[in-house]
Amino acid sequence: MDAFLHQIFSGLANGCIYGSVGLGLVMIYQATHHINFAQGEMATFSTFIAWALIQSGWPYWAAFFVTVAISFIAGLVIQRIILRPVEKSPVLTNVIVFIGLLVIFNSMAGWIFDHTIKSFPSPFAQKGMLVTPWFSAHEVGSALVMLAVLFALYAFFRFTPIGLAMRAAAQNPDSARLVGIRVSWMLAMGWGLAAAIGSVAGMMVAPVVFLDPNMMGGILLYGFAAALLGGIDNPGGAVIGGFIVGVLENLLGAYVIGTELKLSVALVLIVGTLTLKPDGLFGKQVVTRV
Amino acid sequence: MSTFIEYTKTKQFRWISSALLLVALLILPFLFKNYRVFQFNLVLVYAVAVLGLNMLTGFNGQISLGHGAFFAVGAYVAAVLMDRAGMPYWSTLPFSAVVCFIVGWLMGFPALRLGGHYLALATYAFALAVPQLLKYKNIEGWTGGVQGIVLSKPEPPISFSFLGQPFSADRWLYVFTLAVAALMFLLAWNLLRGRVGRAMIAIRDHPIAATAMGINLPVFKSVTFGVSAAFTGVAGALGAICVAFVSPDSFTVFLSITFLVGVVVGGLASIPGAIFGAIFIQFVPNVAEEISKSAPWAIYGVVLIAIMYMMPSGVMGLLKKIWAGMQPATRVDPVRKS
Amino acid sequence: MSKLLEARKLCAYYGPTQVLFDIDFSLEPGQITAILGANGAGKTTTLRAICQMVRTSGNLEFSGQQLVGKATENVVRMGVAHVPDGRGTFTSLSVDDNLKLGAYVRGDRAEVARDIERTYERFPRLAERRNQQAGTLSGGEQQMLAISRALMLRPKLLLLDEPSFGLAPLIVAEIFRIMRKINEEDGVSMLVVEQNASLALDLAHHAYLLETGRVALSGPAEDIKRDESVRRAYLGY
Repeated sequence: MDAFLHQIFSGLANGCIYGSVGLGLVMIYQATHHINFAQGEMATFSTFIAWALIQSGWPYWAAFFVTVAISFIAGLVIQRIILRPVEKSPVLTNVIVFIGLLVIFNSMAGWIFDHTIKSFPSPFAQKGMLVTPWFSAHEVGSALVMLAVLFALYAFFRFTPIGLAMRAAAQNPDSARLVGIRVSWMLAMGWGLAAAIGSVAGMMVAPVVFLDPNMMGGILLYGFAAALLGGIDNPGGAVIGGFIVGVLENLLGAYVIGTELKLSVALVLIVGTLTLKPDGLFGKQVVTRV
Repeated sequence: MSTFIEYTKTKQFRWISSALLLVALLILPFLFKNYRVFQFNLVLVYAVAVLGLNMLTGFNGQISLGHGAFFAVGAYVAAVLMDRAGMPYWSTLPFSAVVCFIVGWLMGFPALRLGGHYLALATYAFALAVPQLLKYKNIEGWTGGVQGIVLSKPEPPISFSFLGQPFSADRWLYVFTLAVAALMFLLAWNLLRGRVGRAMIAIRDHPIAATAMGINLPVFKSVTFGVSAAFTGVAGALGAICVAFVSPDSFTVFLSITFLVGVVVGGLASIPGAIFGAIFIQFVPNVAEEISKSAPWAIYGVVLIAIMYMMPSGVMGLLKKIWAGMQPATRVDPVRKS
Repeated sequence: MSKLLEARKLCAYYGPTQVLFDIDFSLEPGQITAILGANGAGKTTTLRAICQMVRTSGNLEFSGQQLVGKATENVVRMGVAHVPDGRGTFTSLSVDDNLKLGAYVRGDRAEVARDIERTYERFPRLAERRNQQAGTLSGGEQQMLAISRALMLRPKLLLLDEPSFGLAPLIVAEIFRIMRKINEEDGVSMLVVEQNASLALDLAHHAYLLETGRVALSGPAEDIKRDESVRRAYLGY
């Protein structure tokens, strides 16, 4: 029973990470109707930046927040400079550009920081009040951090004028322009936020799986599954989807198919959702006009 | 100059230049060392793989980021048949083709409901999952697990020397691969040039109009997926034969991305472009790796983005523009007002 | 009196296709001007041209500032509010959110809140539905919402594209009555595109008639209304 509970809780903790990656994907999809294939590699690169700062003596939380800020700005800049020119181009062009970004970030991480596996510190003390027999301090800590991030985002979109403007720009860019919203900057900010969320996810995951350029490769897949399961246009859905994916992955891995085929779980979830229920569990029906 | 261009259009020129090209291609392997010839073989293998992907993505508009998986399936089918069933190398090709056709055709069904980036996503997921599937312990008996399968290069059927170089295994494989590749290209050209090709392009550009004109979309799209997979699968089998080794880690998602680079560089929806793309993806890493282990991929990334910006139709598109620019200008009579 | 909006030799294009050919028009501040014409005459395109939603060339000045080449959101920030055909409401957002967005560029939050309350006083039906999703409103209510949202900008110029479209006559009459009231009480200048010529001519002070992208006729609305030959030839009644 203990082992079973551990799988569940650990799955929930993982689910926070998957949900956050999925959330970043949903945010970009809502704003631009594109799937950011580079989401994982951007998060990895951000984590490397944090690592470099910590290596040169910065205290953890200073490095953390600076990394988040840098990632936000980088995401914004990438959208303005690289993605804006192909905004109106066909899907294939955009997919190719995204893959290009993926590859550049991955190779830059390897070039600048080399391919040796590095350890990344966790800010959550190994001993102390958060430790229980079912989950580690880091799992609790990272879950709390992710939930705080999600909450902050929710509040931002729900209660601030800019949050409202971003939602409007994502839903109806033409009308948004007619109320004076600078839509292209809203898109850029969406990217900035997605990059920032990704960097937090990366920094929470790195202590567990260790840091190397391919760290997020598999996790990205789980993020995709979470986003699709929840409905690609539903931020809350991505979070719930993340939990489902996390728990399923652990349970199926432990009791059904063995831990080596875990990625296939994500694959099956993705293909299954796309074919059987493309709107996900919580998404809205999208009707495309002929 | 213009008379030369006129001459290039004649049948005589085409026969002569084709014959010269054939001779040049056959002499080529004897002008270089074995390792270079091995690289040429890989170029041919990649050309067929890229051609397969181009059929699906360039001509038919279905984005696949998972063709590395078909390459892997084709390679493993060939390897298993050669190693476990003792079949001769040349007989494995049809099996790879058929198995990959079926897998691709089956994948075509869910793909019907997925457009654009969703299909890209699903195929990307497939490509990511394949190495894990290949390493799965329960099928290790067949696949060789993490270590893969080691094969031996086939001996050439006749032995002789030419220009001081022996007709080695690599050189024989060159001729073999060249013949197979030529056959595949001819097949593709026949397929894509006629009604089938036009239907594929119609589906890509105006799917609803295509349906209205009587093209059976689901059948067409799944069959295209299957044929595309078969082509890349044959390439995979050829690759397994030429390299004499298959292992799960040779077939990561980055292989799929490599093929995509090949398609983009050569030119979407271009058959000869596949050759340029293959040359690019085979030789750029060799050169770039001198700079850094990561440089090839950095270059791939920059190239992908740059080409989308500057010459979306790839090398072939650029060449076509240059060629068109060199044609004598057609004279247009001023419109007479009646 | 200097013109609020002046167009000289204005051309507009959808891609390579030209749809407006050297049109001239001008709007006086405080007036309601109507643009009439058949389907495809270029009426909607004229409004889009003012908001720079289509490619334009020529001369287009608003309060003395050149509009050609400006981004749409910057034209809006100069005080031009546009109610597009199809209303353009944010259908998944609430009525209240739609109104707030209308005032997005304004900095005076207290005044914005007061304007929202005024809107609810003017349109009790919107007040009832303030937290409802805008997409669930009826056609007439959405039109009221769209106009109110545009007014939240406190615009100098209000552009309206086919306000009567798809609405029952009673609702249309009410909306036009409200539009006149807004013009008279708040002094908002308006440019109204309408297929329903008689309605438009009753409301407007001045009118332009477009035919295949060119100005065929212009003059005081009264004169056009009274001129039978013009009415029969161009306006169909």
